[in-house]
Amino acid sequence: METTAIAPLLLSLKLSGITTILLFIACVPAAYLTSRAWPLAKVAIKTIANLPFVLPSTVLGFYLLVVFAPVSPLGRLLGSLLHVRLVFTFTGLVVGSLLVSLPMMFNPLVAGFENLPPSLEEASLTLRKSRVRTLFSVLLPSIKPSLLTGLAMTFAYTMGEFGVVMMIGGKIPGVTLVASAAIYDEVESLNYGAAHLQAAILLAISFFVLSSLFFVNIRRPSPPGRGPRRVS
Amino acid sequence: MIECSLALTLSGEEGTIDLSVDLSAGDGEFITLYGKSGCGKTTILRMLAGLTTPERGHICVDGRLWFDSEKKINLAPQKRSVGFVFQDYALFPAMTVRQNCVYALPRGSEKSAADDLLDMVGMRGLAGCYPDRLAGGQKQRVALARALASRPRFLLLDEPLSALDQETREELHTELEKVHQKMQICTILVSHDLREIFRLSGKVFKIHNGKIAAHGAPAEVFGMLPASGSSP
Repeated sequence: METTAIAPLLLSLKLSGITTILLFIACVPAAYLTSRAWPLAKVAIKTIANLPFVLPSTVLGFYLLVVFAPVSPLGRLLGSLLHVRLVFTFTGLVVGSLLVSLPMMFNPLVAGFENLPPSLEEASLTLRKSRVRTLFSVLLPSIKPSLLTGLAMTFAYTMGEFGVVMMIGGKIPGVTLVASAAIYDEVESLNYGAAHLQAAILLAISFFVLSSLFFVNIRRPSPPGRGPRRVS
Repeated sequence: MIECSLALTLSGEEGTIDLSVDLSAGDGEFITLYGKSGCGKTTILRMLAGLTTPERGHICVDGRLWFDSEKKINLAPQKRSVGFVFQDYALFPAMTVRQNCVYALPRGSEKSAADDLLDMVGMRGLAGCYPDRLAGGQKQRVALARALASRPRFLLLDEPLSALDQETREELHTELEKVHQKMQICTILVSHDLREIFRLSGKVFKIHNGKIAAHGAPAEVFGMLPASGSSP
């Protein structure tokens, strides 16, 4: 395979990996707090978090382009204070992907926390464990299927995202040209062979990630089923 | 010694109930809260554990205030020394039986203490099992061992045997008796079962419409002997 075909794929993998890790770190506490929020606050948070789900990603990308453009107030502020430029940079791709893939991580985690019986958390508190320890030792391990779903869906969705990365990334080879955009370019150039190859690899990666998720969850009707069967 | 006065308005299917009770229990006592569903028994346990906040009143344990509405004192559940056995047992699904008990041990404890407790409740042989592999009576035993592992000042049992068949209940009555005699922890049980109350309790508080209708030894409260006292 040519180097030019590998680079967008590697960039997509890097972007998906970073986005998945960052969203996991951000969404675990956010989803936990949301699941414990007052009903109206919960509605508001879920609505905002799911906007990227229903908006065309080109719309989101357009607004990010407008908001973060070097001539915009926020763009100028980021540039002068932090020396950060988001438009047509990999950092900008990460920011865009964080927003567009947010529901993929957030929704399964919130659902997982909401479906846990409150008594699990209460039991840990009465055992004199802190809320942080309860979250990491009791609650998170109890929602492993939701965690796996969030991780796999975020990774796969970011791999295939097109609209935001086109708008804010600008398809600069080696910098912001990810696989989904590279396929578009190859098709535009009538280079169907290269497009086929990259599309097939993306398809294989997505299939592998999703089938692994479903396989693991099918094999996990409940937390790790080791030990003897029920003894009554 | 625990001494408390608790007041809270409860909303239920049958309208609102003004829960208002004064309770006291000495070291090593086994007392039972008896009353029909919705009268506030579980809420009393939850208020003692810090899981529900009373509107008015106080909870004083060995001269130390756990809660005082006037002085704005309200210790978090982690700061109170209670072992709570929930109706649904609330065993942590991602932990084995042994891990459930080890988790509950105070920091710095020998892990063998968990094995000793599992021995005491006859669950050492299933220490490697996950909770979903256990029958109801076994889960109850593990929940009891876990509650004791935190070395609580008080043991709060919220109808822990209500979902079990009569034979298993009888077995567990024996277990509870044995545990109470051995550890001499002040225990407060919520129960509807008169046989259970007569077998286990030294004192019973009969609750009706959120108030203590009678209290005393089981034989006194349930009419075999004159009631020793009542409150409005």
